[in-house]
Parts: sequence; structure tokens; C-alpha cells
Amino acid sequence: MLSAVGTLTTMGLVLGGLLGTAARYLAVEENPIEAELQSLLPGSQCGQCGYVGCAQAAAALARGEALVTLCPPGGKAIAEALAAKLGIKVDLSAVADDGPRLAVVAEEICTGCCRCSKVCSTDAIVGAAKQIHNVIREACTGCGACIERCPTEAMSLVPLPVTLQHWIWPMPANV
Amino acid sequence: MGYFERIFKEPRWGVHPDDHKRPAADAALRLLPPPARVYMPLSQHVGGAARPIVLVGQQVHKGQLLAEAQGNISAPIHAPVSGKVSSIGEVTAPHASGLGFGAIVIDSDFADRWIDTDPVADPFSLSPEEITRRTAAAGVVGLGGATFPSALKFSLGKRLAVGTLIVNGGECEPYLSSDDRIMRDSADQVVDGVRIVMHAIGARVALVGIEDNKPEAIAAMRKAAAAYPEVRIRPVPSRYPMGSDKQLIQALTGKEVPADARAAEVGVLVHNVSTCAAVHQAVRLGRPLVERIVTVNGGAVARPGNIFVPLGTQVDELLAFCGLNEAPSRLILGGPMMGTLLAHGRVPLVKGVSGIIAFDAREAAVPRAGPCVRCGSCTKACPMGLLPLEMAAHIRSGDLAGAVDFSLTDCIACGCCAYVCPSHIPLVQYFSHAKGELAARERTRLRSEAAKRLAEARLIRLERESREKAEAAARRQAERKAAKALAAASASQAQAVVT
Repeated sequence: MLSAVGTLTTMGLVLGGLLGTAARYLAVEENPIEAELQSLLPGSQCGQCGYVGCAQAAAALARGEALVTLCPPGGKAIAEALAAKLGIKVDLSAVADDGPRLAVVAEEICTGCCRCSKVCSTDAIVGAAKQIHNVIREACTGCGACIERCPTEAMSLVPLPVTLQHWIWPMPANV
Repeated sequence: MGYFERIFKEPRWGVHPDDHKRPAADAALRLLPPPARVYMPLSQHVGGAARPIVLVGQQVHKGQLLAEAQGNISAPIHAPVSGKVSSIGEVTAPHASGLGFGAIVIDSDFADRWIDTDPVADPFSLSPEEITRRTAAAGVVGLGGATFPSALKFSLGKRLAVGTLIVNGGECEPYLSSDDRIMRDSADQVVDGVRIVMHAIGARVALVGIEDNKPEAIAAMRKAAAAYPEVRIRPVPSRYPMGSDKQLIQALTGKEVPADARAAEVGVLVHNVSTCAAVHQAVRLGRPLVERIVTVNGGAVARPGNIFVPLGTQVDELLAFCGLNEAPSRLILGGPMMGTLLAHGRVPLVKGVSGIIAFDAREAAVPRAGPCVRCGSCTKACPMGLLPLEMAAHIRSGDLAGAVDFSLTDCIACGCCAYVCPSHIPLVQYFSHAKGELAARERTRLRSEAAKRLAEARLIRLERESREKAEAAARRQAERKAAKALAAASASQAQAVVT
């Protein structure tokens, strides 16, 4: 009986030591939640949250330095997803969410200066110098980075138009 | 049907509403005189909208190609009348939202001149691929209401070596009788279409399922199919939703289609009887799909019946042709169980419309919804074996994931649950809302994934550009240096010559 106890104790000590060493030397540097948080963020690197890009914002969220409501283009949906991922409760009534939006060019004001296309993080604005620019709807994330850059105020954000493919039945009135 | 079958063979799912099919189903088929103007929508099918190939002001013949299929899943559109294209623009869609979509407007010249058609005397001498091609070119889509391009289903059936063709003559929706009428009046065309479809997909047998509340149609189809033992007419019990493909397959073959699979994966393919008749028209006569039979029924209609109508005709025009006893209190495109609610009748008829129902005030009355009493009637009625009350409760509290756990995605929106609900809860609206919301979230997810890809691609591009710029600058500098060295060398050479 003593030998059995001895064997198990030795095994326990040796394996425990091994695990302890492995935990120290093979530790994952990055907080794993960071990558998960980053996958939830829009990834358009628009910088409206005050961080350089979505990766930095995710890191700040993981450290608990930023609020889950930091992402303006993400709106309520992303704030909700981030809160669920971090396991915290959050009051979303203060989050302004006008739904998905889209940048448009007022063609009569556009001078074709190319400044907006340079800041667009998804290359959604097309147009050459002194040619009227245009926005590719499918690529625009509605982050609004181009709005500030336009010297003639030709860019604006409009709500994504509702089409037959996007329309959804309203929730029945409560009984 | 005997007492024994009634107890043991009657399906345990579904509901049995009053069918209200007669007298409309018994009235002889009428022809609508060509309307002065038709509005031919570019999107009358599942998939991409067709691309217009005609110009405003152009003269077109009946059956002429107006817009060609665009993308993998799409169908072309043809002129339903002869006349002049007066405009191409947006019209109100036959859709509950009342939003608009693209359409080609044709002013009729009332001549009804057909294009030169290309009839085939013996379609069975053609290869299956050729039949599929002709069906696709004729713009034939599923006329039961799903409007999936039929030719794509042919190629799918051929690829998966489907052995059995199921022909859907169920027409389980109350009030509708357009399939009934086509089977009674043109049983030969339907059977010929069925045989052409069988040839196209390589099926050995065709089972034509017809609800037993249509004895005239069953008799007509039996007579037409008598010479072809491979086409078997199978009456099925009248029970809503027997015309839904999964339920009909189960009733006819005993096979159950798995939740995430298509019918072809259990070795069957389903086509509607009207679709088969359209395939007959397309392949044997070379005529594209430009007309169809539409049932006009409901309490507000003075002379209900089935009308042969050019596609693109406005609903109001058809209602005026049948006469109205009173202004319709509710207008529905399709059947009362699954049809589309219309805000007004100024919308065009499309390929998938089998009927227009104009309810009078009595029929349209909607009882007030009350709270769920958890009686479980909806679970008994659900043909998919779901728990509608649980799904609705989760959706009401905003828990869509919970509703999906209760298999919301398997819901076929047949409306049986809402029909039997003693509290009159609009269950289907909850499910439609939730499905739309889920689809919107999926779209958002795809969009943000695409945005990430684009942002990454942009970073790679910027890096590449700056690298290329640096390389170009280095190259230019090297060139300048070389040129300078060359100039210096030649200058020193010249000096040497001088000295």
C-alpha cells in the first residue's frame, strides 16, 4: 500500500512540476479574449473610437480600459455582442444608433480632389483627380472618415436605403 | 375515402380549413382581353433580377425577350403583349412592404402578334441538356409560388440522379383553384410536360399528388395519363399544407426530407402541375412563359373564377374584369394562409401568383390577439413538428438565438399554428420578423467580414505602393548616378582629346 501511495505521490509531484514549468515557459503572451473581441469589431480601422485601429481598441477593451460602447459605426449590435463576450451588463439606451449608414457624394459640389478616397479604409471611394468621385455601396462601412476630409462638404452619411431584399416584417404589436 | 383510412392514413399534422374553392373552381376558364398597358417586373423569381435588353420606344412582339437572366440563379423575362416599350423604371412590388422594384412597361397595340416560335415535334428526341436550355430560355420558374428557376432544378435532378419526379397538384390553400383548372382543362398538356420533365432529369416514375377534394381533376389526369404507366396519379388526403413539398413527398413516398437537406437528396424532385404545363408550352411549342391562370376569389368578387391573364397585368384591372360587390376589405396575392397582403391593387401580377383574393368586411375581420394560454394546439397543428408557442415566446422577449434552438429555421410559414390559435396570436408574423432579423444580422456579419478583407487588402496595397515608390526612387537615383558617371567619363575623355 505504501508503494502505491509513494508512486502516486511521485507521479503527482513530477507531473505537477512539469505543468508548472510549461505554464511559465510556454505561456501565451496575448490575452486570448483580445482576438475574439477584435473579430467582433467592424475591422474598418476608422479610428472613431480614439484608438489607432480595431486591434488597439480590442486590446483596450480586454484590459478593461475602454467601454463596450466605444464603436460608433458598430452601434447597439456590436456593443451588445462585446458586452456578452466580456460578461458585463451595459445600459444601451444611451448609445446613438441610427442603423447602418452609407456615405454619398453630392456630385454638383465634388471637385475631384481625391482626399476622401485616400482616407477610406475599405477603398470604397472611386474617382480620379478632377473627376467626380463615387461611393461603392457594397464596400462602404459608413464610418464617416471621409466626411471630415472633404474640403467642399460634398460628402454626407445617409441611412442605408431599405429595399425589397432588406425589408423585414415588423414585430407584432404587444398584446 | 373509407373510415379506416380516415383514422389511420390521415396525416396527424396540419389543419383542415373550409376550402371555399367552389364555385370559383367550377366556373369555366375565362380569357382576360389584352390590357392596354402591362408592367413586367424584372424580378419575378428567386435570384438575381433580369437585365433589360430592350430600349424605350422599341416595338416588341408577344414572347420577345425583354430582359436576360443575370447571374447563376436568375430567369429571363418576355413580353406578355405586343406593343411598344413605353418606359423602364420602378413600380410598386406585389409585396407586403409596398416598396418598389424595376419593371418594363409596355403599351399594348392589341394585336397580340407572337414572335416566330421554334416548336419541337418530338421533345423526347432532344437531349436532356437541350430541354433544360429551352426551359431556361423560356423563363419558366416554379409556378406554385416558390418561383425558383425550373431549369436549375432540372440540372440538379440530373446531377443527383433523381429517380422519382413528384408532381405537385395538391393546391391545399383555400380559395385557390388555378392548378385544379389547368388539370381539368389541359390534362394532356400537363401530362406531356410531366413526361418532358422526366426526360430532362432522367426520372423513371412520376407521382402526381392531387388532393382528393378535386375529383374532376383526378379523373381528367387519370384519363390523360392512361397511356403512360410511368406517370401515376395519386390522390392524397385534403389536408393543409399538403401542397408543401416536404409534406407531399412524405405522403407520396414515405420519405422524410432532413431539416437541412433538399428534396433531391432523398431522390425526388418536386414540380408543380402548372410548371409542367409551362414546360410543355416552352419545349413543345417554343412559347416562353408570358401568361398564366390566376384564380380570382373572395367575398368581394362578383364573378369569381379562373382567368387566363398576361403577366404584368395590374391586379385592379383583373378585379374590375371580375366585378366587385364592394371595395375589398383586404387584398391578398396568393392563398389566404401564405399569401402576400397588398396595400392596394396597383401592382402587377407576376409569375408566381396563383390567385388574387379580395375579402369582404366579414371575411377580413381579425379577432383581437390575447395572451398565450399554452393549450398546445399549435404544436399539434405544426406540420414540421415544431413548438410555435415556445418560439414565439422567445422572439417576443428578444431572444432570437433561443428561437433558433427551437428550430425556427425549419418553419415553413404555412400558418397552421396561427390558424388554430384560440388566442389569435399572429404567430407567423413573429416568425417572419425573427427570420428577417436573423437574415439582417447575417448580412451585417458578411458585410463586416468583407470590410475587414477590404481593409487588409488596402494595407497590403499601401505597403506595396510605398515599397514600389522606394524602389523606383532608388532606381532613378542609380540611373542619375550612372548618367553622371557617364557624363564625367565622357567629359574627361574629351578633355584628354583636347589636351
